[in-house]
Amino acid sequence: MTRSQDATRLGASLRHAPIYLVLLVGSIISLIPFLWMVVASTHRTSDLFGTPLPVLPGGELLTNLARLQEDVNFGRVMINSLAVAIVYTAFSSIVSIMAGYGLAKFSFRGRNVAFGLILVTMMIPMQVLLVPLFQMMASIGWIDSYQAVILPFVASAFGIFLMRQSFLDFPDSLIESARIDGANEFRTFYRIVLPVAKPQIAALIIYTFMTQWNSFIWPLLMLNTEDNYTVPVALNTMIGLSRVDYSGLMLGSLLATLPLLILFLIFQRQFIAGLLGGAVKG
Amino acid sequence: MSLPSRVTLSPAGAARRNPRALGHKLQRPGLYFALPALALFAIFFAYPLASSFWQSMTKTVGGETVFVGLDQYARLFLDPLIGKSLFNAGILLVVQVPLMMSLAVVLAYLLNQSWLRFRGGFRVLHFLPAVTTLVAYSVVFRVMLATDGGAVNQLIGLLGIAPVDWLNNETWARVALIASITWRWTGYNMVIILAGLQAIPEELYEAARLDGAGRRAIFFRIVIPQLRPVLLFTSITSTIGALQLFDENFILTGGGPSDATLTPVLYLYKVGFRQFDFGYASAIGWMIVALTAVIAFVQFRLTREKP
Repeated sequence: MTRSQDATRLGASLRHAPIYLVLLVGSIISLIPFLWMVVASTHRTSDLFGTPLPVLPGGELLTNLARLQEDVNFGRVMINSLAVAIVYTAFSSIVSIMAGYGLAKFSFRGRNVAFGLILVTMMIPMQVLLVPLFQMMASIGWIDSYQAVILPFVASAFGIFLMRQSFLDFPDSLIESARIDGANEFRTFYRIVLPVAKPQIAALIIYTFMTQWNSFIWPLLMLNTEDNYTVPVALNTMIGLSRVDYSGLMLGSLLATLPLLILFLIFQRQFIAGLLGGAVKG
Repeated sequence: MSLPSRVTLSPAGAARRNPRALGHKLQRPGLYFALPALALFAIFFAYPLASSFWQSMTKTVGGETVFVGLDQYARLFLDPLIGKSLFNAGILLVVQVPLMMSLAVVLAYLLNQSWLRFRGGFRVLHFLPAVTTLVAYSVVFRVMLATDGGAVNQLIGLLGIAPVDWLNNETWARVALIASITWRWTGYNMVIILAGLQAIPEELYEAARLDGAGRRAIFFRIVIPQLRPVLLFTSITSTIGALQLFDENFILTGGGPSDATLTPVLYLYKVGFRQFDFGYASAIGWMIVALTAVIAFVQFRLTREKP
């Protein structure tokens, strides 16, 4: 009996071998650019194009880091990017959470129109706004400032939509009991509703952070002093130099990826939830 | 609306006379909650949108803006670079999107099998590219695809293949762009499809098995039809993504060589912020809006129609 069970299990494993092979190849392809980032950022530029290619991490990490700092002030750039992403995430999440709650749980005049308009903004590509937003920022003298990078996109249709969906399920009776107990609207919201929505809010925060961390075209248009650059803009400048510092560039890419990688590894579930937020309802 | 249990303790008549009074009075603050968002949308969305529409019908000559009606839109039809950018987006649509979607469906299907060992690990590994910063991964591909001694050419050199001029040849640059985007976004779509797969009720599989359906029949007759809405969503998002592509081709090739990887948004950027032709850039913007709307409309129709 056990022998035949073993035999079927072995048979199944053999039958599944091609599938494991496919998944193994897929995993390797996924990993190679990551591994290459690590290898390349710990070697000299000259070694990156020599034969044979280095396959193990080298000992040049600190030298590359020092040069990256020297050439493009990369430490400052990382701090800029983090600060912009954190401030943006804080503002945008608060606005989305509040608007989502207002649209889900109240029936004020014009609510449906407002929600309809928000859905429409989700459909309109932001690129059509680039020219007028650029002119707006230029005319109020905000070019090369962080408020110009952050403010125009604080109201996020996607975030509001996500929050509205999650508040719709919240029981009205709990909100109304709190009101009857004499809590004002803000207190009700803050003490009763918010704690329940924590998982969705976590997903929203991670998603919003990721969006801003990735943001390229708008900061590229707004920021024009090297010390103000965010990471993607700084990387773009580095590839445009006449003598490209390839290992520095790879180290910069690695550092650019690290915050999102760490966020993903710690908050896998919320990370995926934010990503699915728009998809599953669609 | 449902009244809370405590309200029913108040005199029944009062509640009946004006059942919505309590609720209604308290509904008003909803506007205050939504106000910051609405104000921001008015300033940073509605106004620029209107301004962009107006500017798409103007031209700036010697610092003076004049109304030109639909001239800028007429230019779109005569501009070979518009044709080229749409052709390039079309290539992505016809080649990259189906390639990536097929890979994503197959991977999601395999990674949803209950007998699979290291399932969680495989899922994480295949999703990992979606965690990279767009500009950073494009930079990495640019460096790996360098013609002289780049990692990719050295790797294929081991197989005896001559170095390929990835980023300076029209065809290979497109191949490189397609490969890069596919690397970055397959896992992302896989995760969405995986969620769709997990929503398929187990009974459907069981019923099919009882009817004697084989693995292949189950995949094509049950899984694919059930995934229809998710597949539509992901294909449409990917199509719009191709139309609005900027970061990847800007970093990899800058739109070259000979505009072989120019996309509509990259062209908008060049017209608007290299040539500072705001009127024409606005018209390109509205072309992108129109095309996005067409794609969204097609999606809407396809999802509405029952299979």
